Amino acid sequence: MTVAVAKRRAQPVASIKPLINLGLVKAHIIAGFVFLIIAMLMGIFYALQLNNLYPFPGIEFLSPGRIRMIHTNGVAYGFIVNVFLGALYWAVPRLTQRRVLHDLLGWLIFWVYLFIVLWTVVGILAGYAQAVEWGETPGAFTANGTWLFPIDELVMVGLVLIAIQFLTPIFQFGSKQPMYVSLWYFSVAFIWVILTYAMGNYLPEFIPGAGGATFVGLFIHDLVGLLVTPLGWGMMYYFVPALLKKPIWSHAVSLLGFWGLAFFYPLQGVHHFIYSTIPMFAQFGAVVSTVAIEIMVVTVFINFFMTLRGREIAPVTNMPIRWFYTGMVFYVITCIQCAVHVQFWAQEFVHFTDWVVGHAHLIMFGTFGFWLIGITTDLWPRVLGRKNWWSPALHEAVFWMCTIGLASMFVALTSAGLVEGYLWKGLAPWEVSLQSVRLIWLFRTATGLLMFAGILLFAFNMYMTATTPEAEETAANLVPAPAK
Amino acid sequence: MEKTIEKFQFIFLVAGIGFFVLAFIVSGVVTVNALSNLPYTTLDEMSQDVGPYFVALSTQYPQQFEKYYPGGPTPENYREALKLARDTYIGEACWHCHSQQVRPVANEDVRFGPVSTAAEQQHELMMPQLMGTRRVGPDLSREGGYRSNDWHVAHFYNPRSVAPTSVMPSYSWFFDGQQPNKKGLAMIAYMQWLGTNVER
Repeated sequence: MTVAVAKRRAQPVASIKPLINLGLVKAHIIAGFVFLIIAMLMGIFYALQLNNLYPFPGIEFLSPGRIRMIHTNGVAYGFIVNVFLGALYWAVPRLTQRRVLHDLLGWLIFWVYLFIVLWTVVGILAGYAQAVEWGETPGAFTANGTWLFPIDELVMVGLVLIAIQFLTPIFQFGSKQPMYVSLWYFSVAFIWVILTYAMGNYLPEFIPGAGGATFVGLFIHDLVGLLVTPLGWGMMYYFVPALLKKPIWSHAVSLLGFWGLAFFYPLQGVHHFIYSTIPMFAQFGAVVSTVAIEIMVVTVFINFFMTLRGREIAPVTNMPIRWFYTGMVFYVITCIQCAVHVQFWAQEFVHFTDWVVGHAHLIMFGTFGFWLIGITTDLWPRVLGRKNWWSPALHEAVFWMCTIGLASMFVALTSAGLVEGYLWKGLAPWEVSLQSVRLIWLFRTATGLLMFAGILLFAFNMYMTATTPEAEETAANLVPAPAK
Repeated sequence: MEKTIEKFQFIFLVAGIGFFVLAFIVSGVVTVNALSNLPYTTLDEMSQDVGPYFVALSTQYPQQFEKYYPGGPTPENYREALKLARDTYIGEACWHCHSQQVRPVANEDVRFGPVSTAAEQQHELMMPQLMGTRRVGPDLSREGGYRSNDWHVAHFYNPRSVAPTSVMPSYSWFFDGQQPNKKGLAMIAYMQWLGTNVER
């Protein structure tokens, strides 16, 4: 498959039905970026609350607490999952040499998914959130005992439909012959997310205290580790060799990375509740497996940077590759940070602080956000049937605004976390800890605005690329062809 | 045959289902099982002991109290208030900025009170659990009786009137004008309940 992937830009094949439904790719990418803009705006509003500059004080439906949940859920479900779905409609047919199960099912999933995310926003703003981080989507069993917003059930149905849609071609292809690395990751992501969602959204409602917290921890962690991470690495294993036009460095190392992730990731959830009332054996186990997975992280990192050997200039000249590899650098920073701050001695003073918020931004925006922007940079002109972006030069500005914004936000939040942690441990009055980070929080709002401006420019470029007519179009060489 | 490890069935069954179920059992089921001998208290049992601050609210705001909790500070009304407050605490995402667990490190027992135990959290107001993962404001698990009802009224209405450096938003919809409404009374009753099930 690696060779086939490298021959991605294949000759036009007009005679056969195209493998890829470009409309679905386009629709999911557009929806993803609309939600990204909304979610980032909500994040800025919440940051303004911490500066006591909230623009809508005293309005129940725009309460900062509710807005914060729109930010986290909007990014995870609105942006990340949507753009991943778009990229899956591009990658899975090419990797399996088969169409996805059905185009109509694709559109059904798109509209149901859009409805779910919008209804989640409505449910949260109306005050029906659930007490599960990243699982606030109201469920029928909670919400003051009413059945007003049974979204969780609809999500379960939607996830099963998505699994059927993509696992059908993967099964048809992969049950008879060995699959390429990307498909390993995709095969497990769809079943993992179904299991994770069911676990995280139902069990904590019926198990009190520490037991419920165990499953909440597993849910928070598995959503990142068992949905976003496998989809992300699966995409990297597809797009990086395709864009570099060379196979991945080592197949054996890919195997190591995949099986390490699959084994150790699901075991880590409890590390979100270190020093809590959860039994200590569970906490120790989570810490051990968190450190263990770093080995796998390093193998994947080595694999991708060895692939770059001989093409070291690619991150400078090739925009998607630059987003991908910058994201990988952020990924490694996040993961090494994780192995350090998961330790008990570190948890003593970084838990509950802004340190964790910085960590979350680094992985969600710095890694997965960057990868998805990179994928969109590659795919957007292709799905439109164009040769290039309206303004390739604008990408340069977007890249640096996002990178500088994110890196300075990470430094700001990490230092704020250390200030808070030490002041709390030193028994300073609570007001002192708030006063001490006041300026850092202002700076953090500015960094958020910088990132937001970058994304707005990117969206503007997307819009202009879609609407400005191109001088001489040769659509033929952009029709995707089956990999040989 | 040596390529089985790269085929769909093997990956799907072993990694997709097998490893997940393994982790689910090792991290989740075993942990919950270790806690299963701790006694569980329902809201009905907890509300039998009507909190003194709830009784005080009925005299501090007699008209509002009679309007929203007719019949005075009875166990039924106390139960209703605690449940409404728990749901509000979740819906407003109070738990995103306030934790409900005192850890045995970082001098938290000096600042907040006795270290949390698994046993004290086995009750209906901790289902779903509200331990929290972030503290913008302080921990609330020992809040009961720490401050007066008046302080909470002022604080919910305008946090900066009593805590000048606070970044907490105002919850004016807990009030009719300047008098606490059903949610406001419930939230204060809940704040004054937190931690009262722990020996101090």
